[in-house]
Amino acid sequence: MNIVVCISSVPDTTAKINFTDNGSKFDANGVQFVINPYDEFGLTKAMMLKEATGGKVTVITVGDATVEPVMRKSLAIGADAAVRINMNATDSYSTANEIANYLNNNPADIIITGRESIDYNGGAVGGMLAEMMSLPFVNACNGLELSGNTAKLTREIDGGKENITAELPFVIGGQKGLVLESELRIPNMRGIMQARSKPLEVIEPSSTEGLTSSVSFEKPVEKGACKLVDADNVAELVNLLQNEAKVI
Amino acid sequence: MSVLVYTESWEGKFRKSTFEAVSYASETAKLLGTDLVAVSLGEVSNDELNKLGNYGAAKVISASDINKGDGQAATAVIAEQANDANAIVFSNTYTAKMIAPRLSAKLKIGAISNVIEVATSTTPLTVKRKAFSSKAIEIASVNSEKAIISIAPNSFGLIETGGSLTIETSDTSEKGGITIEGQETASGKISISEAEIVVSGGRGLKGPENWGMIEELADLLGAATACSKPVADIGWRPHAEHVGQTGKAVSADLYIAIGISGAIQHLAGVNSSKVMVAINTDPEAPFFKAADYGIVGDAFEVVPKLIEEIRKIR
Repeated sequence: MNIVVCISSVPDTTAKINFTDNGSKFDANGVQFVINPYDEFGLTKAMMLKEATGGKVTVITVGDATVEPVMRKSLAIGADAAVRINMNATDSYSTANEIANYLNNNPADIIITGRESIDYNGGAVGGMLAEMMSLPFVNACNGLELSGNTAKLTREIDGGKENITAELPFVIGGQKGLVLESELRIPNMRGIMQARSKPLEVIEPSSTEGLTSSVSFEKPVEKGACKLVDADNVAELVNLLQNEAKVI
Repeated sequence: MSVLVYTESWEGKFRKSTFEAVSYASETAKLLGTDLVAVSLGEVSNDELNKLGNYGAAKVISASDINKGDGQAATAVIAEQANDANAIVFSNTYTAKMIAPRLSAKLKIGAISNVIEVATSTTPLTVKRKAFSSKAIEIASVNSEKAIISIAPNSFGLIETGGSLTIETSDTSEKGGITIEGQETASGKISISEAEIVVSGGRGLKGPENWGMIEELADLLGAATACSKPVADIGWRPHAEHVGQTGKAVSADLYIAIGISGAIQHLAGVNSSKVMVAINTDPEAPFFKAADYGIVGDAFEVVPKLIEEIRKIR
């Protein structure tokens, strides 16, 4: 079985988010980049499926050479091969299109993306990829059990979950539940050493035009100071919420 | 020319987020000088469909044989109606997040999600959206003539127009490559992303057995209950309640954080809420820097008093 996991290199969840060039560009200075958390759940699930049924796990990303540490980390976690499409990912459509081009030449049984990336939060690459390849797509997927070519999947819906059956191949947008937080794998020394000799293929992109453009960024308006209320005067808090903030 | 809005229903009923998407789409239609057409999937009564008129839809196309969870089928039906649409509007629900990207790829129309305001320009269509898990606002535009816009729940509000609409039916019965076996929903629970008030608990509550007062407070306020990441990770509460950067996003009118210190990842997921209240024993807790109101105190003393005081005004 061939499993392809799409990986996004994103600022660490604790990173301070700032912009340069008049707010047009993310300031990567001093920022630690990590595997997008939603992708990491998917990568771990891919490793478990491979261990159960055999096969190959390939991680793929769209980005310039600066994203390679994250790909090496994915290999250290256990992926067999990595592919980097050498293009700055600035738009979901062109990103999905590049990955679809690769998959058309290298067919996969299960294609896993994260539900969304924690930087741009577009949440669009998985769905676009599925449409381009005429495959089913299960988003916010929090359960996947495979028997033969048939999968039982669950996806989060507003207020609950939906149970789905699908035949391979398909695309999922993964999130927590696919595996537990405690099942995520920290690369060990052996994995890190092995990752150095695993293939990391660099492919030049086709020239897809993006469908969206990022104009600029702003920081959210800073809140005023917190009004502290004495713990013995809870009535005052209720009064403020009712009459000042008018929210209850 | 028109604006199209996908009007999602749950068991035949629309929700506030649906009417919010219609309100947003109606404002967009005004900007573009055109009419608003709604598309509804699945069985919805005419009485319910008529409600869409009150928020500005001139017409609704009801495709009752389509299961919205089948993204391929849903996309095909919406695409059929999109021929003369200049803009297609969604609310950012889990289901819409499956359909909107598919539609974008199918029709080669630029899609922008997490949108929080009506377009600031229409040539090209330019909007503000939340990015970096609400740590930043991005101004984004489409490169295509048409646009697909998905709005973040609770970001725009409702605008009643008092209008009425015409109902058309579509008998399309498309099917995609999946079988939907059924749904498990917690009935009576208010969904976190749509809730106007959210009451949230953290590790400061010391154990799952202490959530009774959180639920009591939430019931009293008609609020949804939520929790911090560590609480979900240690299994005190279900993962579906985890709010924050890697959990659900909250943009409530009021967010009450009880025993939550306010890690940057947690704040990112909740700071689009209009008013935030922090209750924590530690005066140095980062949440007090983000909150509008705070009480430095023990949750086990403060929350019962809060319940008592709110009872007096309800």
